[in-house]
Amino acid sequence: MLTKNEIFETVEMIKDQNLDVRTLTLSLSLFDCISDDKKKCADKVYHKIVKTAGKLVETGNILAAEYGVPIVNKRVAVTPVSLIGAASGGFIEIARALDKAAKEIGIDFIGGYSALIEKGITPAEDAFLHSVAEAISSTEKVCSSVNVASTRAGINMDAVVRAGAMIKQLAESTKKQNGIACAKFVVFCNAVPDNPFMAGAFTGTGEADAALNVGVSGPGVVEKTVRNLPHADFAALAEAIKRTAFKITRAGSLIGAEAAKRLGVQFGIVDLSLAPTPKLGDSVAHILEAMGLERVGTHGTTAALALLNDAVKKGGVMASPAVGGLSGAFIPVSEDAGFINAVRAGAITIDKLEAMTSVCSVGLDMLAVPGDTSAATISAIIADECAIGMVNHKTTAVRIIPVPGKTVGDEAEFGGLLGTAPVMAAHSAKSDAFIQRGGRIPAPLHSYRN
Amino acid sequence: MRAIVTVIGKDKTGIIAAVTGELAAMAVNVEDISQTIMREYFVMLMMIESKKTGLLEIVKRMEALAKSIGVDIRVQHEDIFNAMHRI
Repeated sequence: MLTKNEIFETVEMIKDQNLDVRTLTLSLSLFDCISDDKKKCADKVYHKIVKTAGKLVETGNILAAEYGVPIVNKRVAVTPVSLIGAASGGFIEIARALDKAAKEIGIDFIGGYSALIEKGITPAEDAFLHSVAEAISSTEKVCSSVNVASTRAGINMDAVVRAGAMIKQLAESTKKQNGIACAKFVVFCNAVPDNPFMAGAFTGTGEADAALNVGVSGPGVVEKTVRNLPHADFAALAEAIKRTAFKITRAGSLIGAEAAKRLGVQFGIVDLSLAPTPKLGDSVAHILEAMGLERVGTHGTTAALALLNDAVKKGGVMASPAVGGLSGAFIPVSEDAGFINAVRAGAITIDKLEAMTSVCSVGLDMLAVPGDTSAATISAIIADECAIGMVNHKTTAVRIIPVPGKTVGDEAEFGGLLGTAPVMAAHSAKSDAFIQRGGRIPAPLHSYRN
Repeated sequence: MRAIVTVIGKDKTGIIAAVTGELAAMAVNVEDISQTIMREYFVMLMMIESKKTGLLEIVKRMEALAKSIGVDIRVQHEDIFNAMHRI
């Protein structure tokens, strides 16, 4: 029998601490949509999404009402479009079909306008990369990503150079909106095939035809747990976070499994991530501050984040039959009230954020730099992140916005969940000669495990 | 189907009558009930079972009732609590 305390604990988590299911993401294979005819391919894509994911939003809304847990986003992630459009070359046509289908079924975002180019770039992928800026700036809901490095392949620096230039192009294509197109484009090292979170969600080539992946959240709940233990030692603190993560994950896992059943697809994974929003009481930075740091970004921040990230995973792993995706704490600067304040106060730098990404999921995220930051500097920032991911066998990513016409001290307002980004300083010393060497940074020795 | 109803709000007369009346109108059975006043706040917990009326319908009608009497009413499938608090 449930106790009163248990019931009110759950109610308080939802009511006061912003516990929610961050996303129900339907992963969908588009391999059966391939055609050498551009129009046929795009039509097939549209119809498959509408047919398979047509009830996703309605199902999510019903489950949110029945379980009393908000489900913030409903999304679809598809097979990388660079593969699906390779035979026809109709990448833009597919982007439009994705956007049209997303609007038709009422989802928030659709991901998978993606390419996996960590070892080489095919002629079709080359054409695809040229289409990304137009595809993103001419659609509303389509998200894009590229995987430019992996522990097994090393870092494809030619792809890193392309990515830097693409980010500049995306910023320029939406300069009146502070370069917001960059928020829909992620550059990965070790991208995962079952990530439910945007902008980097896509369906890997080894995935099922359709599966439901769920992203849980609840930074506010973890913050409350930490604040209730001002004098606990680290073992006790980690234990309390584990227990909380277990509860959060069980809620997400239950709702994800039920959603999959009702949609008639297989249940994929639960992504054990702490994803913040700009709302007060929904911040990862504030959890770290609750552990005893005066301001996130100061000395001790990386250690605090390592403890948090590990405890969330240990608590979550036992709570779900299948864990996957990115699974870790996110640190998107513009989407987290604590990080926004830390940048405003000059307490956190890109260098510190980079250090933090070596112990958490995922990488430099929703970070604004001056509009005149060069493509080569952005590529160098990407290369550094890739190096951390490659050497440490983990996913890292860069989602960075060189805000047109703005510089350090200015702020870029993106609105909604994307929040506000105070512009941060990048190093002024050039990296151009390094970046332009071309080729691939070899995979590390410990990648040869066989 | 079983669900948990939680009612929290500023205390006044008639809250229990209104909530149980609406549940009875939907042929929903109250299996367990606990109610107290904490610092001027009315706090009530109920375990309900419904065979005729669907959970979504109960949620909607309780939301409407919550608005009309000015208290917070939540109706949640019992599985969410079992999942979070039982291994």
